[in-house]
Amino acid sequence: MQLITCPYCGPREEVEFHYGGQAHVAYPADPSALSDEEWAHYLFFRDNPRGPFAERWVHALGCRRWFNAVRDTATYRFHHIYRLDEPKPETT
Amino acid sequence: MSELGSPASAAPLRLPEAGRIDRTVTYGFSFNGQRLIGHPGDTLASALLAHGVHQTSTSIKLGRPRGIAAAWAEDPSGLVQIEEPFPEPMLLATTVELIDGLVAHGIPGQGRLAEVPDSARYDARHVHADLLVVGAGPTGLSVALAAARAGARVVLVDEQSEAGGYLLGSNERIDDRPALDWVAAATAELAGFADVLHLQRTTAFGHFHDGYVLALERRTDHLGASAPRNRSRQRVWRIRARHVLIAAGAHERPIVFTDNDRPGIMLAGGARTFLHRYGVLAGRDVVVFTTNDSAYAAAVDLADAGARVHAVVDARAEAPEAWKEECTRRDIPVRTGQVVCGTEGVDRVTAASVASLSDGALGERDRIACDLLLVSGGWNPAVHLFSQAGGRLRYDESLGAFVPGEDREDTTVAGAAAGVLELGECLADGGRAAEAALTALGIRHGGLQAIPAAGTGSGQTPPLVLWRVPDPDGDGTAQFVDLQRDATVADIARAVGAGMRTVEHIKRYTTIGTAHDQGKTSGVIASGIAAELIGRPVGELGTTTFRPPYTPVAFAALAGRDRGSLFDPERTTAVHAWHLSRGAVWEDVGQWKRPRYYPLPGEDMEAAVLRECAAARGGVGILDGSTLGKIDVQGPDAAEFLNRLYTNMMATLKVGSVRYGVMCGADGMVLDDGTVLRLADDHFLAYTSTGGAAAVLEWMEEWLQTEWPDLRVYLTSVTEHWATFPVVGPRSRDVVGAVFPDVDVSNDGFPFMTWRDTTLGGVPVRLARVSFSGELAYEVNVDTWHAQAVWDRLIAAGERHGITPYGTETMHVLRAEKAYPIVGQDTDGTVTPHDLGMAWVVSKKKPDFIGKRSFARGDNQRPDRKQLVALLPEDHDLLLPEGSQVVEGPNLSEPPVPMLGHVTSSYHSAELQRTFALALVKSGRSRIGQVVHVPVGGSLVPVEIREPVLVDPEGARRDG
Ligand SMILES: [Zn+2]
Repeated sequence: MQLITCPYCGPREEVEFHYGGQAHVAYPADPSALSDEEWAHYLFFRDNPRGPFAERWVHALGCRRWFNAVRDTATYRFHHIYRLDEPKPETT
Repeated sequence: MSELGSPASAAPLRLPEAGRIDRTVTYGFSFNGQRLIGHPGDTLASALLAHGVHQTSTSIKLGRPRGIAAAWAEDPSGLVQIEEPFPEPMLLATTVELIDGLVAHGIPGQGRLAEVPDSARYDARHVHADLLVVGAGPTGLSVALAAARAGARVVLVDEQSEAGGYLLGSNERIDDRPALDWVAAATAELAGFADVLHLQRTTAFGHFHDGYVLALERRTDHLGASAPRNRSRQRVWRIRARHVLIAAGAHERPIVFTDNDRPGIMLAGGARTFLHRYGVLAGRDVVVFTTNDSAYAAAVDLADAGARVHAVVDARAEAPEAWKEECTRRDIPVRTGQVVCGTEGVDRVTAASVASLSDGALGERDRIACDLLLVSGGWNPAVHLFSQAGGRLRYDESLGAFVPGEDREDTTVAGAAAGVLELGECLADGGRAAEAALTALGIRHGGLQAIPAAGTGSGQTPPLVLWRVPDPDGDGTAQFVDLQRDATVADIARAVGAGMRTVEHIKRYTTIGTAHDQGKTSGVIASGIAAELIGRPVGELGTTTFRPPYTPVAFAALAGRDRGSLFDPERTTAVHAWHLSRGAVWEDVGQWKRPRYYPLPGEDMEAAVLRECAAARGGVGILDGSTLGKIDVQGPDAAEFLNRLYTNMMATLKVGSVRYGVMCGADGMVLDDGTVLRLADDHFLAYTSTGGAAAVLEWMEEWLQTEWPDLRVYLTSVTEHWATFPVVGPRSRDVVGAVFPDVDVSNDGFPFMTWRDTTLGGVPVRLARVSFSGELAYEVNVDTWHAQAVWDRLIAAGERHGITPYGTETMHVLRAEKAYPIVGQDTDGTVTPHDLGMAWVVSKKKPDFIGKRSFARGDNQRPDRKQLVALLPEDHDLLLPEGSQVVEGPNLSEPPVPMLGHVTSSYHSAELQRTFALALVKSGRSRIGQVVHVPVGGSLVPVEIREPVLVDPEGARRDG
């Protein structure tokens, strides 16, 4: 079981968190202006890289706050954890 | 001590001295029906060997006699079933500590669970540490000492009954004194540190991410009848360490040769442990077969203890000079360049066949009589915990073994587990490892400590890697690789012949390494033999994956206290005791206990539900709806926030009014539904389904925080603050009016979909005109503290109207008669509000809300979407099973039969005097009046598709 560092609470057990999928996929400003295909891309299409991946987490059984993280999908290692109002860190 | 006891002379191979057993106390025990004796400090295996008992059972597949082949958890064959004090299957005789009155017998690979519940308690504890040290042998103890002296918070776990590890089974010396004196001093010093937790009989069995290690402590079995009743039998330690230091030692491995599985054939180090730790001579006439120096110590020590050692058979061309001298001094012949290529004996080895081996060819065979054949094919570092956490291994040619192949930030492997096999080097390696770990942790320390001195005592001749001896006159069918699985060299050859080229495939084909020991002795050998057969270097082939647990762990220990009522929290409402007193039958809804129905004497569920339904539609009923999720939504932007989440308009809701709403995902599929009360301009109370409460709150938070952080809204779960009691039926107005005389309960004074605040005896109460049955209904909300009193008053006031408490089953029937969907029962994540016939709940005015864009997708416009309809079976008494498929009929076409949909809800209706169902059917709404079919019990049942609302479609009853 991993230890995940909530930006508000500090390190907590993985079971306290829920996963929220890829980060930085904004809700479209005007969905009605999108074609079906564009809308389908927003709804269903997500990246699936091997390596660093920016994703959303929520400290569901703690402070209930959402945050972002860059995690390596091959090693599970968290490289960066940052608040929603902070920019995505540069990843190598 | 025990009645089972017989004279001490009945243990002929017990030495008068030596060992760490207490000879002043005698235990009686029974094995395979035989009464035997032993002493505190014995294992079942050592006590058996003291009587000359080697065979424990016969093998599972081939029925070959098998016995004790090692001294600890690596033993592949000595499995036993414990009968007394409590039945437990599949334990190793080598790891069961002897207690007085123990009753056990050997088993061929399959045991028997107790038929009575285990009354023992199992528990768990969490502990955090700077440094976790696994293994209290020489390496682990030196690490723990160094770290403790530096002030680190240390946890030291070791699986044996006492610290010392390998030293317990040897006669090594440290600082020119018996090594166990050093061990005693080290453990005494550790005991003086407040921040050191030292646990023996504790096996670290799983190593996960970020320094998380699970360890099992065995706390009472060794105490027998004197175990305190309040002490848990086993405890799982959940250890989170900043750094994990693995000093788990190494496992000696055998060499595979023909008939290598007979009782009396044992790992050399095991025999040495039985001698030094338990004072037991494992045999009197000994042959030692080795590829490395370590087995010479066993030969010499057993000879010194009185055994006749007839030969040390060393597969290497040269024997180590120092050991050769020791052997000569004891008249032990050393045969170099030779191997054991076969054995004789039935239930005990009686002779070994020895031959020279050069260039893969065996020379002339020579027979040596013996009753103990000791084997050493080298040492496999115990890399299990390192590998479990993802550590990569590499093959070390000089050791002929897999060792840790990389440095990990939060894990260090030291001592024999890292391939360092000499005692003196282990002590030094432990000191170095401790220093590095403390530096990495940022803990100040005084530099490298003085390393205790220990002579090596043995030569340095490199070991020979020999996985197996050629089969002189066979095909490997009697060359056993995994004794527990009866798997042989022939099996590996068959796997390779069938095209398997990886050890993972070979493992699954041959089952090698899948028994209780998970291949501790067989795994690497299987890789070695497979590599030879395939013609690839073993280092390239690798090992199978090491997975937890390191040794078997009982499910009871993993469950701990989390069983029975503690398995999952049970949530009960404020009037739970009342339901109980009325004989409610419970339904589990999430974690909630809800009354399903309240049977009167002689009633089954169907009768009770028909009666409850009739009461609610004909008189008055009352439901405990307290489990409904309730989310308090406050803030200047609360109305805008709800407008974006619900499909219908929420911003226009007036203070004092209630609106039913549906929430969809962005994909347009129904997520949850419920009523929303507007308490003030900036204050709403949103009801959710019982099961959806947590998910809806999380959903709301997700949008609020990740997409609309500019909205000033605050969300609070108030599910438990409010008890909710719908009073339902044509007489509900009389009951509510009587209990709350200051409220105008008339339809004009208190219209449908409005709420009113009032008080009862000074207690605030909120009433709402909502209905989940189609009947006139008042929902009574009060804080949980006063809920029972309010419930009692409603019951009392309802008495003269025959007020009838009803449960979830009746609630479901009443709502289904009105086609009110249950999210998750009538929907499954593929259903839109339109599919449910609820286009009216989807706003056309709002520019956007979650789900809106998806309704315009082509797929959501298809006319053949599955739509919610009612089904009436032609047979009025036939109840369609929920989940049944709907097909065209009347006959089944050739498979695949086109499926039209499925039944989502199905009940008996008191009102309709017949059965009915709700179903999702393709193009259902355009097929009203048509007959389709449902397969029930092997025949196709005709059913008519109907408008979904079957009771009071005009809604005339809602206002009473
Ligand atoms: Zn948090």
